[in-house]
Amino acid sequence: MTSRLRDELKEKVAQTKPEERHILLCGGVPCRSLRCLEVKEAVSDELHKHNFEEKVKVLETGCIGNCKLGPSLIIFPEGVVYRRLKTENAREIIEEHVLGGRLLEHLLHRDSISDELQHRREDMPFFQRQRRLVLKNCGMISPGINSYLSNQGYAALAKALTELTPEEVIAEVSRSGLRGRGGGGFPTGRKWQAARDTPGAEKYVICNGDEGDPGAFMDRSIMEGDPHSVLEGLILAAYAVGAGQGYIYVRAEYPLAVQRLERAIGEARKSHFLGDNILEQEFSFDLEIRVGAGAFVCGEETALITSVEGSRGDPNPRPPFPVQKGVWGCPTVINNVETLANIPAIVLNGAAWFAETGTEKSKGTKVFALAGKVRHTGLVEVPMGTTLREIIFDIGGGIPAGKKFKAAQTGGPSGGCLTEEHLDLPLDYDSLKAVGSIIGSGGLIIMDEDSCMVDVARYFCDFNRQESCGKCTPCRIGNKRMLEILEKIISGQGEEKDLQRLEDLALLIKNASLCGLGRSAPNPVLSTMRHFRDEYLAHIKDKHCPAGVCPELSRYYIDAKECRACGLCARICPVEAIYEVENERVYRIDPEKCVDCGQCQEECPFEAIEGGRKRKKVAGV
Amino acid sequence: MGNVRRRFYFFMKKPAAQLKEKAKGKYDKLDTVLEKYKGRGGVLVKVLQEAQEMYGHLPRELLIHVAYELDVPLSEVYSVVSFYSLFRTKTTGRIHLEVCSGTACYVKGMEDLLEYFRENLSLRPGGITDDEKYSLTTSNCMGVCSSAPVIKIGGELHGEMTLEKLQQLLKEHENDKQTQR
Repeated sequence: MTSRLRDELKEKVAQTKPEERHILLCGGVPCRSLRCLEVKEAVSDELHKHNFEEKVKVLETGCIGNCKLGPSLIIFPEGVVYRRLKTENAREIIEEHVLGGRLLEHLLHRDSISDELQHRREDMPFFQRQRRLVLKNCGMISPGINSYLSNQGYAALAKALTELTPEEVIAEVSRSGLRGRGGGGFPTGRKWQAARDTPGAEKYVICNGDEGDPGAFMDRSIMEGDPHSVLEGLILAAYAVGAGQGYIYVRAEYPLAVQRLERAIGEARKSHFLGDNILEQEFSFDLEIRVGAGAFVCGEETALITSVEGSRGDPNPRPPFPVQKGVWGCPTVINNVETLANIPAIVLNGAAWFAETGTEKSKGTKVFALAGKVRHTGLVEVPMGTTLREIIFDIGGGIPAGKKFKAAQTGGPSGGCLTEEHLDLPLDYDSLKAVGSIIGSGGLIIMDEDSCMVDVARYFCDFNRQESCGKCTPCRIGNKRMLEILEKIISGQGEEKDLQRLEDLALLIKNASLCGLGRSAPNPVLSTMRHFRDEYLAHIKDKHCPAGVCPELSRYYIDAKECRACGLCARICPVEAIYEVENERVYRIDPEKCVDCGQCQEECPFEAIEGGRKRKKVAGV
Repeated sequence: MGNVRRRFYFFMKKPAAQLKEKAKGKYDKLDTVLEKYKGRGGVLVKVLQEAQEMYGHLPRELLIHVAYELDVPLSEVYSVVSFYSLFRTKTTGRIHLEVCSGTACYVKGMEDLLEYFRENLSLRPGGITDDEKYSLTTSNCMGVCSSAPVIKIGGELHGEMTLEKLQQLLKEHENDKQTQR
């Protein structure tokens, strides 16, 4: 921010009267996990103390998006953002800024690269480079119906019901080029058309909010921050396909989302957006929330259907597809949360407007959940086709602690990893598929040099093994066998043949499994083997874990070239594991005796002692 | 089919009836829930969710009671319970700990948290301490990846965990429990 702008802002802060102000506080779950509700209470208490609680409103919003700022609040009309707040800061915010009109510089965000103070959301590169269509309300309004209505809420529904036939709605969505945001990337319009064309008196629409992908949280944020946009999208879908009943399937791990959706449904019913004769038209629709009980496979559509029906969530073969035979045997459309949240804007602004954004075959924007070893974690919405480099380095601020970027995991346990060579790859459905990964639901986990890719493959393989429903053999037993081979490699017993075995098994599971979980379960293994084969070989041939993660393969050893035979290490070793090699003037560590205490490495004046397990410090960065 | 069902109930009804006698008054609260859902299809998951909310976990006795009242085979009830990871058949400790093991938490070192519990409380995922004070489970992802690693202590979510913060929190919770008593 230039000094002129800063002076202008300072002046604006000084001139604004306290009663013109209102405060938005991020109440997303990540901020709640850092005790933002206590901050909210403290701020309200301070306002009460000064008798301003009537004049200055404090509103809790959904997730603002930049979670590394949390707990944070924005003071309007100036739009100043204060970050990393504690309850102690409440007093100065109220007395100094709200009542006194003075900026509190020590609570502002300082950019880690340019070392500049950033006063407002608009000044931060994290927000500047995003294009927020789905998330436009998230963090900017409170999740109630009044805020939604004053931001063009339900205008698309009114337009569709009064001006458009269901066929016209489908045509509009088809023309927009919108594809399913849950992972498959199936054209939404075509899905709707298929359900509409299937004969049947009763039809259903389901919103898939079973965001089981570890590392993805965009659907949770939308359901919590802007629940009415999801409802409106679902009602429009119901109108288009001719459904009378709908379900929203939400994970039990998201209690706040369930609560917000329940409230939103209640409000929508009261305002006649749900129920009989919606907006006094000949269209009736109602919906119910179904809460999951912790099963990743239920995100797969046929499994989701059996789970909605109240049984264990076993998947079924397709065809018949849900659009032909779904819940209770009736034609059913299942759409992901983010897909549905895109619908109102498409209906309202038209297909051409939507298709302006994105690439040729992937239209619109995509919300990514940025997490892992990256400076600014949070929600990032960018046009399809944005490169990985822009997301990680320009928006995410790069890798913390001066570490090197190693890999980005996309698509969770069904996806694969992207490496340095893919940094300039435009991210969309087809480009990611070409390099052996998927866009998935949009989870983007960044890993630095401290992550061992073999262990990452083991982690995902273990996840898929746990979550396999057990119905078909390739997935149930194949994943277990793959895990065993990976564990063998990690423990130092790996042979070169194992790589071939892994590959054969992986292809077998991929080809022979019944549902999407099994068919995509080997992807993380295949993708790490493709891009980090040398790391596998280091584990197998050299019995060494380059990242220092696998305990058995992270033993200490002395680099003979560096060793000056000073003997210091042998003297401090508590178990006398270090001895001098006769006639060679070098020292060596006896791996049988070594207890991996690491003292020798700390003390060696020539840094000749290598290896050792690099302990991850919990939340060290 | 009808024959199989009849035969099944022949074996089922006797112990269930006995158990019902034994468990008399134990699950009264649940009966109102069962009453509400009885005779409707697709309610098993909902009934079990509400039962777990009431009793904290789902012991075998309760499952038999539910199977009997809803008129579904016990095997079906059990298959649903064992399928979904949120259903528990064992008791939880007074302070229940839930470590998120999602990808972001894994990358940010959630294993150090598990190691802390293993070394200091000899507590492993799925286990409970001998004095029934702490129990520990892992969750596949709580969707709070941007604040990883996260842990739920007694239903309350805490993000950006460090070992120091964890020790502090455990102490706080212990004090809370004592003042409550």
